[in-house]
Amino acid sequence: MYGWLWRALPGPTPVRALLVAVLALGVVAACFTWVFPAIAPLMPFNDITVD
Amino acid sequence: MTLGVLIGLFVVWQLWWTDVAAGQEQAQAVADLGWEEPVTVPEPVERTDAPPVLEEPEELTTFATLQVPRWGEDYVQPITQGVGQDVLDHLGVGHYPGTAMPGGVGNHAVAAHRVTYGKPFNRVAELELGDPLVVRTEDTWYVYRVTSTEIVLPHQVEVIAPVPGEPEAVPTERRMTLTTCHPMFSAEERFIVHAELDHWMPVADGTPAALDGGA
Repeated sequence: MYGWLWRALPGPTPVRALLVAVLALGVVAACFTWVFPAIAPLMPFNDITVD
Repeated sequence: MTLGVLIGLFVVWQLWWTDVAAGQEQAQAVADLGWEEPVTVPEPVERTDAPPVLEEPEELTTFATLQVPRWGEDYVQPITQGVGQDVLDHLGVGHYPGTAMPGGVGNHAVAAHRVTYGKPFNRVAELELGDPLVVRTEDTWYVYRVTSTEIVLPHQVEVIAPVPGEPEAVPTERRMTLTTCHPMFSAEERFIVHAELDHWMPVADGTPAALDGGA
């Protein structure tokens, strides 16, 4: 599934591995900062008020 | 596999990161108040006459702190106006707008998470009858004591009525109510704690005995 990514990255294997790690970190950061806070209210366990 | 990793990451975020991030925001909100340190006097006078009551502030304004000795000597949380996600998911304890302010006749009703987002009410089930809930505004301590707990359905708004359970009644007592989720990690029901004002004192006149290891 990610073979295309590996082939698209430049440089020798250690450089590619580093780039993959940086990209993965970026995705995690984006999820923590924007994606998860946006979907958390849709989850069924976050209601605590009476209304 | 990718989906599995993302779901795993979401669980990590919800169970761990929201506590880290919201915990910092809540500690910062208390620090930002910049209030005078409590003073210690040998025998503070516990007053039971009518206490001063603040006006309701703007939404998102932190106007009080909550200390619960049962949840640890260091437990102190900000109380902020509003019960939207912008309050509860960041600043912790939210005051239901329109309910009484601390010390007021009626019901000072607040909500907070029991798990995740700093989980201010994590140990709500440990509270026992008579336990003090100590609310402080800049100038006043209000010491409530737990009178009852109950588990209700989410639509049972009468628990935060001025007289809990009697939406039409005219209040004469000064009460406080906590609401949070029940069971943990679910939104099926709500865990409710009712308390009544025991006494109050100006911050300048000392610190409630409930906070110095006394009960």
